[in-house]
Amino acid sequence: MKLHEYQSKQIFSRYGIPIPKGRVATTADEARNIAIELGGRVVIKSQVLVGGRGKAGGIRLAKDPHDAEETATQILAMEIKGLPVRKVLVDEAAIISKEIYLGITNDRAARKPVMMASSAGGVEIEEVARITPEKIIKAHIDPLLGLKDYQARDIAIGIDLPKQHWKLFNQIANGLWHAYQDCDATLAEINPLVITEDNRLIALDGKMLLDDNALFRHPDLAELRDLDVEAPAEVEARKYGLSFIKLDGNIGCMVNGAGLAMTTMDIIKLFGGEPANFLDIGGGAGSNKVAAAMKIILTDPNVKTVLLNIFGGITRCDEVARGILVALAEVKPKVPMVVRLVGTNAEEGRKLLSEAKMITADTLADAAQKAVSAVKTVKAGR
Amino acid sequence: MSILINKNTRLIVHGITGNEGLFHTTQMVAYGTNVVAGMTPAKGGEWVIEGKIPVFDSVKVAVEATGANTSCIFVPARFAADSIYEAADAGITLIVCITEGIPVQDMMRVRNYLDQKKVRLVGPNCPGLLTPGEAKVGIIPGNIAIPGNVGVVSRSGTLTYEVLYALMMLGQGVSTCVGIGGDPINGTNFIDALTMFESDPQTEKIVMIGEIGGTDEEKAAEFIARHMTKPVVGFIAGQTAPPGKRMGHAGAIVEGGSGLASNKIKALQAAGVRVATHPEEIPSLLF
Repeated sequence: MKLHEYQSKQIFSRYGIPIPKGRVATTADEARNIAIELGGRVVIKSQVLVGGRGKAGGIRLAKDPHDAEETATQILAMEIKGLPVRKVLVDEAAIISKEIYLGITNDRAARKPVMMASSAGGVEIEEVARITPEKIIKAHIDPLLGLKDYQARDIAIGIDLPKQHWKLFNQIANGLWHAYQDCDATLAEINPLVITEDNRLIALDGKMLLDDNALFRHPDLAELRDLDVEAPAEVEARKYGLSFIKLDGNIGCMVNGAGLAMTTMDIIKLFGGEPANFLDIGGGAGSNKVAAAMKIILTDPNVKTVLLNIFGGITRCDEVARGILVALAEVKPKVPMVVRLVGTNAEEGRKLLSEAKMITADTLADAAQKAVSAVKTVKAGR
Repeated sequence: MSILINKNTRLIVHGITGNEGLFHTTQMVAYGTNVVAGMTPAKGGEWVIEGKIPVFDSVKVAVEATGANTSCIFVPARFAADSIYEAADAGITLIVCITEGIPVQDMMRVRNYLDQKKVRLVGPNCPGLLTPGEAKVGIIPGNIAIPGNVGVVSRSGTLTYEVLYALMMLGQGVSTCVGIGGDPINGTNFIDALTMFESDPQTEKIVMIGEIGGTDEEKAAEFIARHMTKPVVGFIAGQTAPPGKRMGHAGAIVEGGSGLASNKIKALQAAGVRVATHPEEIPSLLF
C-alpha cells in the first residue's frame, strides 16, 4: 500500500525529520489561506499516487496567496496519469543548494533492510543506479540490531556531506529507520533531502510503501489507503481475501494458488488466447469466496469465457464445486465455462458439477485449449 | 534415501487444534507421517486424532516429552514468527512453515535469528515437504506422487501439485518434493535444495519450479552451472504477469526490471537447464 507524500512526511516529522512548513488542502480557498499563514512563496503539490507529478505540471511554485489560489484551482482540476487530483500539499518554498537521496528498502537477496543514499538527489534512484551506480552508498541494517550510528556516519561520508550536517543527518537517518520499522514499511524514501541556501537539512519530498501483510497491526495506517489507484474489482476482491489483478484479455481465470494462477495465464497465452485477469482464490477457499470470485470475473464485460482451474490441496474440490454452483445460480453467466478439477476430493467435486452445463477438461493444456476455442465460438456469435 | 524428511521424522504440529491444522494433521497421519505431538496455547492436556496425539502448551515441553525433531506451523500470520522462534529455541532442527501472509519485516528478523542457529526453515507460505511413501509434512496431497528418483523444488504450491501429478501419470516417482514458498524472504532457497539433492543418492534428476520476482533463480542457475552434476529441468511461472503488480505471492513481483521471467529462463538455459514452456511438458524433458 502506498502513502501520499503529505502522509509520509507527517510520519517522518514525528520521527524527528525536518519537513517544510505546510498543510494539505482540498480546495483553492484553503490553499490560499495556507499560503497566507506561511507567508512568502509556496509550492503547490498535487497528491496523487503516481510518479512524474512534476513533469505533468502537478507541482508548481506560487509567489503569493492569490497566485496560490489560482495555481491550486488549476492543479485540483487536473488528472495525472488517469488519477484525479483531490488534494494539494501547500508547502513553504525552499531555496535549494543541494539535493540528496536517502531511502530504506528491503533487500530480498541480502534478507535485510538496506539504507541507500546518493549525492544525486531529486532523480529517481533507479535512474541513478542505472547511470551512475557508484554514486549510491549502501548500508545493510541488521534487523535485530537496527541502524547503528557509525553506519549513518559512513553514509554521510560516502555522499560527501559537509561535517556541520552530520549530527542532524544522523537524526534523520535514524528517524527514517524507525519510521520504516514501526510502520512495517517496504520503502521509506526522502527524495530529495535538501540542504537549503541557509544551510538547513529538510525532507522536501517523502514516499512510503507499506507491507499489506502487516496492516493488521496498523489499523490507523490501513485507513489511509487511497482507493483511487486501485481497480474497483481489486478492492472488491480484497474484501473477500481474494488476490485479483485485472488484465486486458477476454478469458477470465479462477485458479487456486498464485503460481498455478500465473501459469494458467501463461498457458492461455501460449495457446493463442489472452487472460482477462489473475485470480487466486487462495488456500482453503470456501464456497462464498468462490461465488464472490465468480461474480468479480463476470463483471468484466471483456470476459467471453471463464476458465476454472482447481488443483485440490488445502482447497477441497467439492467445496469449490459447491461455490461454483452457488455462484452459477446467482450470477447466471452467459459465457462458456471451462472447468478442471484435480486433487483432494476431485471426484466429489466433479459429481457435484455434472449437472451444470460446463465444458470439462482433464489436463491444463486441454483446459487452456478448450477455453481459447470457446472464445472463438462466442466471437463467431454462436 | 531422500532429503529433509523420512520415516524417522518425529513431527510436532503448531496450531493442531485449528481447522486447517487438524484437517492436515489427519492427512499427514493417514499418510504415515509420525506425528508425535501438537501445540496450541491453552489447549495443553487435550488429545486429538482419535485421542492418539497429545497437545502441549509449549514446544519445549513437547520436545522433551516426545522427542519431536521437526515442526510444522499452521498458526495465523500474526503469531507465526513467534512459533518459529519457539520451535528454534526448543531445539527443533527442521521447521516447516505453511502460514501465508507473515509481515516481511518479521521474516527478516526470523531469518537473521535462525542464521545464528543450526536450524533449517522451509517456507513460509509454502506447501511443505513430501517424501513419497515415507512422510509428508505440510499440505501436499499424498495421493499425487509415488516414490522415485526425481527431486522437486518449487516456490509454488498448487503448481507443484500439477507437476507431481503429471509425473505420476507417466509412472515417474519423486525422491522428495520441497516447497520453498512464495515469500520474498524464506528459510530455504533453490541453492539449498539443489545442494541437498546433489548429495542425495536416491535423487537422479531435479525439477525446479520458479516464478517472477527476486533473483533466486538466476543465482541457482549460476550454482547449477558450477556445481550440479545431475540434470535439472526448469519451469518459470509468470511470463504474462504485468510489472509492478504482486501476483498473489508476496514475492512474485517484477520491480524496476528485476524479477522478469524472461531473465530467469535465459539464465537457466545458459546454465544447461531445459526449461519447459508449460508444466505438463516437464516430464518429457526429464526422460
